[in-house]
Amino acid sequence: MPDGSATDTATASAAHASATRTATRSPVRGGVGSDADRPDGIPKVQGRFGFSSDAFAEGMLWGRTLRSPHPAARIRSIDTSAAEQMDGVAVVITAADVPGRATFGLDHPDQPVFAADVVRYQGEPVAAIAAVHPEVALRASSAVEVDYEELDPLVDAEAAIDAAPIHPDGNVVRHIEIVHGSPDDASGEVVVDGVYEVGMQDQAFMGPESGLAIPDGDGGVDLYVSTQWLHVDRDQVAACLGLPPEDVRVTLSGVGGAFGAREDVSLQVHLCLLALRTGRPVKMVYSREESFFGHVHRHPAHMRYRHHADRDGTLTKVEARVVLDGGAYASSSTAVISNACSFAAGPYRVPHAHVEGWAVRTNNPPCGAMRGFGSVQVCVAYEAQMDKLAAALGMDPVELRLRNALETGDRMITGQRITGVAPVRECIQAAVDLPLPDDLGGPLEFPGGTGRTADRQHVRRGVGIAVGYKNLMYSEGFDDFSTASVRLELAGDGRPAATVHSAAAEVGQGFVTLAQQIVRSELGVERVQLRAADTAISSAGSTSASRQTWMSGGAVQGACAALRTHLLERVAGQRGIDLAGARRQVLLLRDGEIHHVDEGWSVPLADALVAGPVEETYEYHHAVTEPLDERGQGDAHVSFVFAAHRAVVDVDVDLGLVRVRQITTGQDVGNALNPRQVIGQIEGGIAQGVGLAVMEEILLSQGRIRNPSFTDYLIPTALDMPQVEATLIEQPEPGAPFGAKGVGEPPTISSTPAVVAAIRAATGLDLRRVPVRPDDIALAPSDS
Amino acid sequence: MSVARPTTVADAIDALSAAPDADLLAGGTDFMVEVNFGHRRPRRIVALRRVDELRGWRRVDGVYDLGALVTYRQIEDELADELPAFAAAARTVGSPQIRNAGTIGGNIGTASPAGDALPLLAALDAQVVCDGVDGRRTMPLREFIVGPKQIERRDGELIARVRFDRCRGPQHFLKVGQRNAMAISLVSLALVADIDARRVRVGIGSAAPRPVRPAEAEAFASAAIDWTTGDIAPDDVAAFADMVAAATSPITDHRGTAEYRVHAVAVLARRALQRAVRDLADGPDIADGPEMRRQR
Repeated sequence: MPDGSATDTATASAAHASATRTATRSPVRGGVGSDADRPDGIPKVQGRFGFSSDAFAEGMLWGRTLRSPHPAARIRSIDTSAAEQMDGVAVVITAADVPGRATFGLDHPDQPVFAADVVRYQGEPVAAIAAVHPEVALRASSAVEVDYEELDPLVDAEAAIDAAPIHPDGNVVRHIEIVHGSPDDASGEVVVDGVYEVGMQDQAFMGPESGLAIPDGDGGVDLYVSTQWLHVDRDQVAACLGLPPEDVRVTLSGVGGAFGAREDVSLQVHLCLLALRTGRPVKMVYSREESFFGHVHRHPAHMRYRHHADRDGTLTKVEARVVLDGGAYASSSTAVISNACSFAAGPYRVPHAHVEGWAVRTNNPPCGAMRGFGSVQVCVAYEAQMDKLAAALGMDPVELRLRNALETGDRMITGQRITGVAPVRECIQAAVDLPLPDDLGGPLEFPGGTGRTADRQHVRRGVGIAVGYKNLMYSEGFDDFSTASVRLELAGDGRPAATVHSAAAEVGQGFVTLAQQIVRSELGVERVQLRAADTAISSAGSTSASRQTWMSGGAVQGACAALRTHLLERVAGQRGIDLAGARRQVLLLRDGEIHHVDEGWSVPLADALVAGPVEETYEYHHAVTEPLDERGQGDAHVSFVFAAHRAVVDVDVDLGLVRVRQITTGQDVGNALNPRQVIGQIEGGIAQGVGLAVMEEILLSQGRIRNPSFTDYLIPTALDMPQVEATLIEQPEPGAPFGAKGVGEPPTISSTPAVVAAIRAATGLDLRRVPVRPDDIALAPSDS
Repeated sequence: MSVARPTTVADAIDALSAAPDADLLAGGTDFMVEVNFGHRRPRRIVALRRVDELRGWRRVDGVYDLGALVTYRQIEDELADELPAFAAAARTVGSPQIRNAGTIGGNIGTASPAGDALPLLAALDAQVVCDGVDGRRTMPLREFIVGPKQIERRDGELIARVRFDRCRGPQHFLKVGQRNAMAISLVSLALVADIDARRVRVGIGSAAPRPVRPAEAEAFASAAIDWTTGDIAPDDVAAFADMVAAATSPITDHRGTAEYRVHAVAVLARRALQRAVRDLADGPDIADGPEMRRQR
């Protein structure tokens, strides 16, 4: 939305966004910029969509994982004989049965397929069973005798830095120091300090881990699984099986959400091992409880901050120390701490900064990727600091943010100059310009909801604002390219039809819709189908880092362009036109026809396909980045995305209960390729941000999870979900396919601190930890 | 595993007498969770769903008589006008799917300290009716529930009905959960102001091993209220709240701290009493809780 003006509702702003778009003109329905329907939408709503947990093969066995009940222990012995002898049990495998590499891991293979001598977190796999029925497998798992010698778990992240190592690779997974400007010399007239904590959030996707492995009878295996990146699954499985990658073929099954929790391998290796050992298909489905132990979570964070500013509100220096608890294994901690440090000062001009970040190993559950990826934790801290600074300056918090907002051409604290669009001010302005809700609603909408604890006079309202940003795509020199192929041919009815093949994992984000939209716009063909995502084609990279719209969108667009050239050359050849010698383009594919610009004739696309199908594959790479250097400086990131949120909360102060009433947002989207899907991402991301603000936390006691269920790990219900009003800030990103930025993560970044700021405003409390729990409000010392 | 599916109470009792240690299954909303978590491995089950005698409710001569299979959904829908606080309590149970399945008999039988229907039933001096091999027994809910998940059900017995006298006057139910719906209670409180007996009665949930009746606080409030005007001194409301809180003995667990629970019970007690006296002040026609009706 170039004018940045506010609109009344999310859908209204979305409609406005599509009306002012300047993307590829296209007469076909369902092209880029339209609210095209999801191809899997109706089957999902009707319950006909096949999720990975629905997979079935004739004669299949059921797998089950035996997990350590202890967060830290030595394994003295494992006796599987009783379990193996049970009726219906096909095989029991342990670390001794792993034929290839004993470990896996996204960045570093430091995590055992099965714990052999030491267990480092509660729930670490120790053995796996295949049996004729899940109940038999369950009983067999309790018949495996594991003799543990319990150890004292290392559970304090701060202490882990210097504690005796709990893993041969040491406890410090990564330490980063950012020195920007001259932090030793710089100072400010006003200084504010703060210490902040973020609890461990779970991705809480709807479909627990599940998959089916089928041996091919020739030593290889086909794996059908829910994942975010087929090719890294394949490579890790192959390494652990001791097979060449081509002997492991991975096909994406229906995915019930991901949010980062499916980046790491969970059951993939176990399933394939069981299938190859038994020679039979093996299926595994985690329960919700097991799922809490079966995937990584969001890193809990301890953060200490000091902000310096001049009296007029200009930021002069930010000092920060960030400690992330990575749990027992590395997962993607190296990249998460890199993000946390890169974005530690927020989307503001900060001339001098000193940031120290640690990602450490403990005996807590492993942590890794989750929506927002390191930028979420620091945003909780730096936005609280901005409010503190505003209070110390006697300045309006919005004004303080507008004054310091990053813009194109500014450098961030890693020294990288922001060359793309950076509409930070527009995002803030849009969020605060949307109308406030006026009344408190009905009694069910008071804090306490269905418990009917509050009467009108107990409700206090607060408003808070927060801004956040993060990177798109992988960083620090990683070439996370994407491949796509597009095939165009005549369907049975003689009309053109396109088929897209990509290994991009559809985890609910809607790339399947975008792929169709892009082909429609680029080729003028309305009928577009998608082949199953599998490893028969080269990698599309991970469905993470808000990257598939850009990367796989770019790959599909590139394949369409190559295909168009191919078609034009075919027609030119048929008509005897010398394209190579022409000084300008004389043939165009437009509106489903091939036109000759000078001669005026046109050939229907269908005619050009009579000679046979056309297929092209394209590999899209983003701009090259570099690792952060020893001072934490470098052009480490490809592109940045921004959003601002304003939260309105109603608080029952006596009981410490919160109802988030409304969240408004201005989000930098580049161009909205499917405004309805963008709104869906915004609403869903805000739900997760609200959850982290007021309820979502994995509670740990000495490394043990105390609430591994949806009874006690609470996520927002419909009655906890605020009204959402969104304004899409549409400023095309240079270099991005269709000018579009990824949109999935920004809604989770600053929505959390906006809610906490609003609770602070309602209560006057100095809340320094999320999630904010009823005790924090109701039992707060009265002088705080 | 064997499953008996009787269609009459008599057949159910026969099935139970053949297998006195059998598990009783009604809505399954607690039972199946335990089975799925592997915490319960039933060997024999007597499933009550087909026993029509246990369905439905009636009010005869001022006594409410609910079959054990009455669901939360029925309480929410069918009793909303007559017993709004009961409906409000039912509304806080789980999701709509859970409320369609879960039963009042199951809530009593599970006897969780967090059972959402129990505080009001306790405040109403409800009686539990059990049918068994040795005939019918009726006992106060307060005696039937002896501890957390512990009840005085004998082998070969089933919970058949729950009964309580109609009570004219304001009734309120308040429950604190960590989110605005579908939350297990951190504490809950039901307050009944019986205008005929001029007595305040209170039931508290999740604040002790079983539902609590704070006798001292009840007596204090009953005496402190001017029952004709609904007036009560603010200090007396505060003193009542403190007395209610003092009657509890909550624990600290992963859902909340004992300190918070004690604090919250006092807040709920104060608010419940304030709502009740406001109803009294609003006029004579308060038999069914006009405040709740207005808010629906």
